[in-house]
Amino acid sequence: MNVVSLFILPIFVVGVVLYGFFHHVDIYESFLKGAKEGIVMTFHIAPAVVAMVFATNLFLHSNFIAWFFQFLNPVFQFLHVPMEILPMALVRPISGTASLAILNSILITYGPDSFMGRLASTLQGCTDTTIYVLALYFGSVHIKKTGHALGVGLFADLVGILASFLLVSVFFGV
Amino acid sequence: MVSIIWGAFIAIGILFSIGSGQVEGINSAILKGASDGMELLLSMMPVLVLWSGIMKIAEDAGILQKFSRLVQPLLHKLFPSLQKDDPALGYIASNIAANALGLGSAATPFGLKAMESMQKKNPHPSVATDSMVTFLILNTAGVTIIPTTVIALRMGQGSANPSEIILTSVLATFCSSFAGLCLDWFLRKRKQR
Repeated sequence: MNVVSLFILPIFVVGVVLYGFFHHVDIYESFLKGAKEGIVMTFHIAPAVVAMVFATNLFLHSNFIAWFFQFLNPVFQFLHVPMEILPMALVRPISGTASLAILNSILITYGPDSFMGRLASTLQGCTDTTIYVLALYFGSVHIKKTGHALGVGLFADLVGILASFLLVSVFFGV
Repeated sequence: MVSIIWGAFIAIGILFSIGSGQVEGINSAILKGASDGMELLLSMMPVLVLWSGIMKIAEDAGILQKFSRLVQPLLHKLFPSLQKDDPALGYIASNIAANALGLGSAATPFGLKAMESMQKKNPHPSVATDSMVTFLILNTAGVTIIPTTVIALRMGQGSANPSEIILTSVLATFCSSFAGLCLDWFLRKRKQR
């Protein structure tokens, strides 16, 4: 199954380039235009990234999570998952940059090709900032009563977390 | 909201470290924070720039429109309360297509347009309609085919195969979207009774 993953990116790239070429797009100029936007975007997100890495560094360094969620220790030991995944899962629905900062620190600590590294990477990729998106979209049209949107959104995130755990275990082994 | 998280991280981080006697480490953690942040940014930048270029080609070639036309018939089933020619359906399709292709900044304007156009036909303007709720559940489940930032980050940390998590991400996304839509459908049916 890992072989499938290897093919997605190259096929996507060659597909886009050929599709663009045969639809008479000036592919080289388009690429340069987009790459320039990418550079601008990187600088655009720089302040937020520095701010969040600074704050999450302090938070993770303090070992607060391990202390506060001691009672969950047996669960995590049973699953063979380090507890550092918890703050990431908790923060993911609110701030993409904060969870990115935690993901980065997990990748540094455990390595990107470890079980923990793959699990955290999958988590970051598989859901969006649910609470932030709901606030932005409902706020834009002045909706006050949001029905079951938040509850179901967070439920879906939880399913995503569990699915990530199972999928990474099955695909890569523990 | 983000202010609360940011402030809490700093406050808890520093106060708990002092309280539990880890004062020495906290000094270096404060001073290293900014350089760690810059390092993270610089390690991600090459892939982000490259990917923006590739996706610009896709955009200029009209892949986004093509993709949104592809998902439209499926959407019709998910949003029974919207008419077939409702402009909201088109916006929803474009939003989902842009999200799936990882064009986050292109997705948001479509999404806001979709909300606006659903709000126009809303009999109770302060209460969310069924289709709004379904749309946002689909949106927040985050259907992304290629999670670029994650791949960029993994590459920056020297992964042997940065893109190996694509398939697990896509499948996990699919599970969470499906679960969300099922629960949404179930709750709506129960309300009608």
